[in-house]
Amino acid sequence: MNVTLNHFLIVAALLFGIGLYGVLAKRNAIAILMGIELMLNATNLNLIAFTRYITPGLLTGHVFAIFVIAVAAAEVAVGLALVITIYRDRVSVNVDDLNIMKW
Amino acid sequence: MVDFAIHNAWLIPLLPAISFVLIAFFFQRAKALSAFTSIVCILAAFTLAISVVIGIIHNPETVEYSVRWFSIENVASLLDANVPSINLEIGILIDPITAMMLFVVTLVASLVQIYSVGYMHGDPGYSSYFAYQSLFAMSMLGLVLSNNFLMIFMFWELVGLCSYLLIGFWFGKYSAREAAKKAFITNRVGDFGLLLGILMIQVIFGTLNFLDLQSAIGSYTNMAVLTVITLLVLCGPIGKSAQFPLHVWLPDAMEGPTPVSALIHAATMVVAGVYLIARAYFLFSATETGLTAVAYVGGFTALFAASIAIAQDDIKRILAFSTLSQLGYMVMALGLASLTAGMFHLMTHAFFKALLFLGSGSVIHALHEKQNIWDMGGLSKKMPVTTWTFVIGALAIAGIFPLAGFWSKDEILLAAYAGGHTGFYILGSFVAFLTAFYMFRLVFTAFFGKAKPENHPHESPFSMALPLVILAFFSIVGGLVGIPGLEHGFGHYVHAPGAEHHAPSMMVMVSSTIIAVAGITLAWVIYAAKLVSADRIAATFRPVYLLLKNKYYIDEIYQWVIDNIVDGLGKVMYWVDIYIVNGIVNGTAFITRWLGGVFRFVQTGRTQDYALIIFSAVVLIALFLVYNNADQVITVVGGVLK
Repeated sequence: MNVTLNHFLIVAALLFGIGLYGVLAKRNAIAILMGIELMLNATNLNLIAFTRYITPGLLTGHVFAIFVIAVAAAEVAVGLALVITIYRDRVSVNVDDLNIMKW
Repeated sequence: MVDFAIHNAWLIPLLPAISFVLIAFFFQRAKALSAFTSIVCILAAFTLAISVVIGIIHNPETVEYSVRWFSIENVASLLDANVPSINLEIGILIDPITAMMLFVVTLVASLVQIYSVGYMHGDPGYSSYFAYQSLFAMSMLGLVLSNNFLMIFMFWELVGLCSYLLIGFWFGKYSAREAAKKAFITNRVGDFGLLLGILMIQVIFGTLNFLDLQSAIGSYTNMAVLTVITLLVLCGPIGKSAQFPLHVWLPDAMEGPTPVSALIHAATMVVAGVYLIARAYFLFSATETGLTAVAYVGGFTALFAASIAIAQDDIKRILAFSTLSQLGYMVMALGLASLTAGMFHLMTHAFFKALLFLGSGSVIHALHEKQNIWDMGGLSKKMPVTTWTFVIGALAIAGIFPLAGFWSKDEILLAAYAGGHTGFYILGSFVAFLTAFYMFRLVFTAFFGKAKPENHPHESPFSMALPLVILAFFSIVGGLVGIPGLEHGFGHYVHAPGAEHHAPSMMVMVSSTIIAVAGITLAWVIYAAKLVSADRIAATFRPVYLLLKNKYYIDEIYQWVIDNIVDGLGKVMYWVDIYIVNGIVNGTAFITRWLGGVFRFVQTGRTQDYALIIFSAVVLIALFLVYNNADQVITVVGGVLK
């Protein structure tokens, strides 16, 4: 079977969908962070696939992907720090409890 | 000195203005100093005024000088050089009318202020009183010196303000407050018309300067517009000079201190209206309707007020209605195309009316604020100076030869008679009869007759007696400047352009004297000799008596109109305000709040919900773009889908 760009895009879309579901539906803050990671990696997959199939000679996609990984690492660090702080404060990481911005 | 005075006439109003500022801001505590400053300033102004009069007598020419005040550039004048911008100026205009007014105003104001030193003695508001007096003199002097309508209107309003302050001077009294408000508001009605007239003049002629207008009006042909302007401008004098139907404030203005009444009635305030008609005479004489309206307003007021005066009991009220009547006389004279007669009567009236008011003030002062003439009587023995000066004033106003009133009243009657206005001549003669009658009704009742044992009158102090004597002197000789046959008499200087002076008529003189004597005799028969009982006459003609005593119920009619029509309109407006205007504003606020109340439930506080909405929106926008314009999507995504 010949693997084409569309296969990569479909896999990436599935990954993104799963990640989005995790972000929107999970109650646990850690799980939400994991969902975000999935979405970011789906993007990375897209970037690499585009580079490979559309502009094979250029490194633009790779560079972008590396940047995304770096930013994601930082984001997770900040995210986890927030989660820990919230847990210390409330003894819970359930996002349904974090509704002080409610009307 | 004379040249200096004429070319620096702006000093005349400036001196009282300085005195006002000094007293109002620095001398509030120092009572004697306040009175001194005020009197010195007005006397200095008086000296300058006399110099101006001398200069005008030597060389009766019109002197005008002005400085540009400011100009208003409008859009039209910026675009088109032919459209002039509005230039407003401050300037001085001196002609014989101005000179005469300067003399009268400064003289009466000086005497009133000197008189007030005694009259207001011990009043807690002594300094303020003199500050207001100075401001009043300043406003009136500025008014007579103005060379354009805008300036005259400013001083006109200042005069109104001063009268408000002085009528309500004893503002602790309810009636004084009410009278002050009434005077101010009634004047506003007239001033509104005047302001409209001035605006129309500016729009149509492009200038407010009297001399420029005088030449511009000659070539203006639209008589309808000119008539409207004239009638609007006439509203001002009707309010300020208390002509019917805006006369109601003047009798109530008696609530102020009596010297103030003298000032208002003789020199400042009410004569401003007559002066404005004289100053804008070219406007009034430009149309037939203008002068006729003036004559009818004046003639009616003269008769109307004189008839009220015969049934009043309060000494100051009788004098107030007599002022109304005499002002009507002046206005009527102006309307009968005799500027000379109107202004001449204004001058002589200023002398004897100031005298009568100051005399009545002296009486009231002596009797400790008693004003009803039936509570007086027999004052002649205790107060000889007051009595005899008052009698001179009464003889002058009645028009007895050779006192001042005789000559000026004769001039008016002559203007009516020789001008062919027989109706006005008869009306004027009848008013002269009424005047003589009610003045001597007052004199016989208050000064002669039986003394009341509960009264302990005493002659007034020197500072009060001196002005009386000086004014009595002017009331006797003041008319001599205008006696018929005098080559350079009053009419030589003050006259309408091109007006010929009527030849004196012996018939008019003799008949007016007989009429005056008849009036005095009738008063003597009823009130001194008591050959006929006044009460019986009142009882016989009870409805007429009541009508006159209640001033034709004009105040009641106005009260009814205000209570029913004005207040009714107010209620309608209130309803509109509450239910429609407020309804719109409150409705907008209510709808906004209601929408906010609905939409705030969108704010769940859960970040996931927001993320869902953002993502859904992105999907929707993408779908929308795809189905509407695929090319655009391709551009947005960078062309990778091709």
